[in-house]
Amino acid sequence: MRAHPGWAVVRFIVVAVGAVFMIAPFLIMISTSLEPNTSILPSPPHFFPQEVTLDNYVRAITENNFGGYFLNSLFVSVATTVATVAISAMTAFAFARFDFRFKNVVFSLLLAGLMIPGIVIIVPQFILAKNLGMVDSLWGLVFFYTAGQIAFTTFLLRAFFERVPHELDEAMTVDGAGIVRKFVGLYIPLARPALATAAVFSFLGGWDEYVWALTVITDPLKRTLPLGIAAFQGAHTTAWGLVFAASVVAVLPVVIVYVAGQKHFIAGIAAGAVK
Amino acid sequence: MTTGYPLLRSLQISFYNWSVVPTQVSKFIGLDNYIRALGDEQFWTGMVNAAVYLLLTVPATVAIGLFFATLLHARMPARALFRVLFYIPVVTSWVVVSLLFKYLFTTNDGAVNWFLTDFLHLTSESIPWLEQRWTALIAISALGVWKSVGWCLVVFLAALSGVREELYEAAALDGANAWQRFLHVTVPGIRGTLLFVLVLQVIGAFNVFPSVLLMTNGGPAGSTEVPLTYMYKQAFSFLDFGYGSAMSFILAIFIFVISFLQFRFFGEKKEVGS
Repeated sequence: MRAHPGWAVVRFIVVAVGAVFMIAPFLIMISTSLEPNTSILPSPPHFFPQEVTLDNYVRAITENNFGGYFLNSLFVSVATTVATVAISAMTAFAFARFDFRFKNVVFSLLLAGLMIPGIVIIVPQFILAKNLGMVDSLWGLVFFYTAGQIAFTTFLLRAFFERVPHELDEAMTVDGAGIVRKFVGLYIPLARPALATAAVFSFLGGWDEYVWALTVITDPLKRTLPLGIAAFQGAHTTAWGLVFAASVVAVLPVVIVYVAGQKHFIAGIAAGAVK
Repeated sequence: MTTGYPLLRSLQISFYNWSVVPTQVSKFIGLDNYIRALGDEQFWTGMVNAAVYLLLTVPATVAIGLFFATLLHARMPARALFRVLFYIPVVTSWVVVSLLFKYLFTTNDGAVNWFLTDFLHLTSESIPWLEQRWTALIAISALGVWKSVGWCLVVFLAALSGVREELYEAAALDGANAWQRFLHVTVPGIRGTLLFVLVLQVIGAFNVFPSVLLMTNGGPAGSTEVPLTYMYKQAFSFLDFGYGSAMSFILAIFIFVISFLQFRFFGEKKEVGS
């Protein structure tokens, strides 16, 4: 396809303008977080800070147990990631390489679980959490986050395991390898990119989740970052600099994980969407 | 297991005047919770607001996402960087972006009002965005579009790379212009993905929740309440679990029917379920 050379310039400018609209809110957020006295809104808004101070960051991190929220979020996200990846790798392996009764029925149920928005079942989930003694506990969050993410990651990993050539599997059988050795020695190493994709998704899922945490966590010491930031806003109605300093600290790991795992992330989205 | 059981349990709870205290017996009241929801004006206000949100967000998100995906599909400098920039809102937590948009839509000296009055000179007065129903829904929708465009873009980019290049060349040889090539090659080529994105966006629109909770909390006077914020308040502020469950079930059935109709009308028979 040959196009007019001017067209490439126009296209570039249009995309750049679009990108500016996507990024401008973040610029305002960052510069607000770096400026003193943010109870008065500057007009026009500052896309870059006029006077740089780290006061908001110092206050955000030292007051209100923010460090605690950060550690809570880190613990919940990492534990969720480990549990999700470990469990879904095993279930996906079972779906990909074993035949068992009602296999298709169980897999369809799993897919149906993907379709149902989590919030629809929030009431019974809350009652279940209460009966299991998992209300107001970080382990409880890990349990329900893992449960909520297994369907998607199993779906993702199964497709990957199914593409492992049967010849490799059979060659290992000839060598006398059992199921466990095949799983650990063949499937897991080959599936590393897919496992990374699953890990990125479950980490971000745990890090950003708000509604379930809002429902079950009441102890201020057990708040995760989204809860902490939302509460921050209530406690400091006009101190936007503080709210945004906390937000920047919360968003930074996400952006790092996303940029570092970008390739895997895109692959995961594409695998889920384009069949 | 973790979804199936709560789902059935949810159905069960919705037939009861559920008691939160374990020692008290919950009373079976059949369909009363459902009848109550259907006659509840606030529930319908929520449904109308969700429908408005859907109309304001879904076509715009899909169109903008597809527009930029088409532009980014071709080679250009900094292509990977642009893809990252468009996607950052998607990975940022709803709490952060909701508070951020609340700040941007502040009435006096808010960034959006500055942009409209002093930059574009469209109006001379500040708009009290979050203090009245329709403008608040516009603000919430703006957040919805901004946050989901990147997701649509990435999904469409993946789909576009599956459209065969020869088809474009053949169409160009036949004298088709860019718009005709888009309409007759691109759109049919990514039809399945288009349907998938559309269905998910519609489901997402009816499930709009944290942004409303944090930007207006349903106010002023419940006028920006959406089904899920109302359901959530009934269940967890007033502890009326039965009523909350019934409302979430009505919403789930509604979403299911809408999704089914979309597959029926827009999908080819072969693509249903793919």
